[in-house]
Amino acid sequence: MYKSLLIDPLKCTSCLQCELACSYENEGVFNPAKSRIKVFEFEHGLKTIPYTCTQCDEAWCLHACPVEAIAINLETGAKEVNDSICVGCKVCTIACPFGTVNYNSDSGKVIKCDLCGGDPQCAEACPTGAIVYVDSNWTGYARMQESAVEAHGLN
Amino acid sequence: MHHVIVGAGPAGVIAAETLRKQSANDSITVVGNESYPPYSRMALPYLLASNVGESGTYLRHGSNHYENLEINIQNDSVTKVSPSEQAVTLASGKSLNYDRLLLAMGSSAIRPPISGMQSARVHNCWTLSDAHRILNEVDAGDRVVLLGAGFIGCIVLQALVSMKLKLTVIELADRMLARMMDRIGADMIERWCKGKGVNVRTGAEAIGVTDHGQELEIQLADGSSIMADHIVCAAGVKPNIDFLEDSGIEVDAGVLVDHSLQTNVPNIYAAGDVAQGPDRSTGEQQVHAIQPTASEHGRIVACQMSGNETPYGGSLSMNVLNTLGLITSSFGLWDGVDGGERTTAEDRQNNRYLRLEFQDDVLVGALAIGLTQHVGILRGLIQTSVKLGNWKKRLIVDPSLVMNAYLDQVQGTRS
Repeated sequence: MYKSLLIDPLKCTSCLQCELACSYENEGVFNPAKSRIKVFEFEHGLKTIPYTCTQCDEAWCLHACPVEAIAINLETGAKEVNDSICVGCKVCTIACPFGTVNYNSDSGKVIKCDLCGGDPQCAEACPTGAIVYVDSNWTGYARMQESAVEAHGLN
Repeated sequence: MHHVIVGAGPAGVIAAETLRKQSANDSITVVGNESYPPYSRMALPYLLASNVGESGTYLRHGSNHYENLEINIQNDSVTKVSPSEQAVTLASGKSLNYDRLLLAMGSSAIRPPISGMQSARVHNCWTLSDAHRILNEVDAGDRVVLLGAGFIGCIVLQALVSMKLKLTVIELADRMLARMMDRIGADMIERWCKGKGVNVRTGAEAIGVTDHGQELEIQLADGSSIMADHIVCAAGVKPNIDFLEDSGIEVDAGVLVDHSLQTNVPNIYAAGDVAQGPDRSTGEQQVHAIQPTASEHGRIVACQMSGNETPYGGSLSMNVLNTLGLITSSFGLWDGVDGGERTTAEDRQNNRYLRLEFQDDVLVGALAIGLTQHVGILRGLIQTSVKLGNWKKRLIVDPSLVMNAYLDQVQGTRS
């Protein structure tokens, strides 16, 4: 059973601990600009949404890559960029309709969320439980529950 | 069931792999006319720049990948398709019978019809052997004229600069990247290239080439001429359809296919650069000749060929390009639609540009320069026709908020 990042924007306080943890884990610096998860602010920060790759099953980035540099990690289900194969052509960055693959001009490669090999540091760092790492089935279940509640006007 | 796939580029290979997943017991033959393992043209500039070796351009890296999938790759070329016999004739004299035939022959580089282009000092930059030849014959410090500053020309430009050549770029159109960038963006890219020391001449027409033995002379329509050691030609590509002439398969610019990627002839399909298939934005049949369309076609057509009907709304035109460090992308109907609305944001100082095109409250096209974060969302907004509602007004004021608009409209910011 794969696990997924489950994000609840209502619990996000925009503290950016996730961005700092991500950039430190993956790029060795505390720099939100190099984070693979990004907190988007609305209404001057009154509402915030942490956003990153959802590791889609038939991943657009993986299929579009011309040199097989994006592969599935069979343990985590994450679609991972293999830096030694990536040529930096950026086709995946325009192919991903969710905008979650970015080009890193420092390395000349693309970067995307790889679930930190199964121990996602964003979830680890989140102090409010806005980002949790749970069984993939449960993320879908939460969504379904949410829409059922909304559809029946129960909230 | 025997599937014959003509062409071993991304469309053909992805189709073969997808067919194997869908139809475990079918036999699959891929006929490719290049002697290398299947590779990707997208990766060739990185070979020229010595960022990767030849194997770095290969589509697949696993040892015995194709053997393991029982995909039979034959190095040969198809000279004739005979639909009445369900057979193709090969250059080697053999013939192959098919139950389903996929035409994925890709395209070939064309040269402008001017004198002197047959000189051995004139190179294409389209195939792996072209790239090897350039690496073998062109040395650092050589004077090189690049003919063409379209999408492919600009990718090649980047590679040639990294080879430390003395480069002059000649473009017939009045701007660089005429088919993927508007005037404002093209001017920004041209200024950028000139700032990096590349001599770019737009609106310049080469009318003849003279080989003086040790060097070439390129005559231009304005009466001037340029001396060079080599010419690299990136003047366009053309779908490989000539051998289909008497087959009964309908062609126009490419092989005409419908929403199922089928030709007018039963059991014959086309995909990738050679296919003139439905464009998602216009609804018309167009040759896209881009990697994302090739890989998408490959997957969709294999589903169709194995009998799993797959709804396909057509492909979205899009490009991404790195010109000496300046990242440029274009999506969909970037030149706008009648009755639509447009917003642009230009920051000359920092070489950033964003142009959005709307029809009603839906994004239908976009151009971006200097945007590397979340750029794919432009595709997402266009492809899924996200209704932008009140966000359209806000985007017209500040187009950089595209990601916020998407999140708010699709995920909602509940309070």
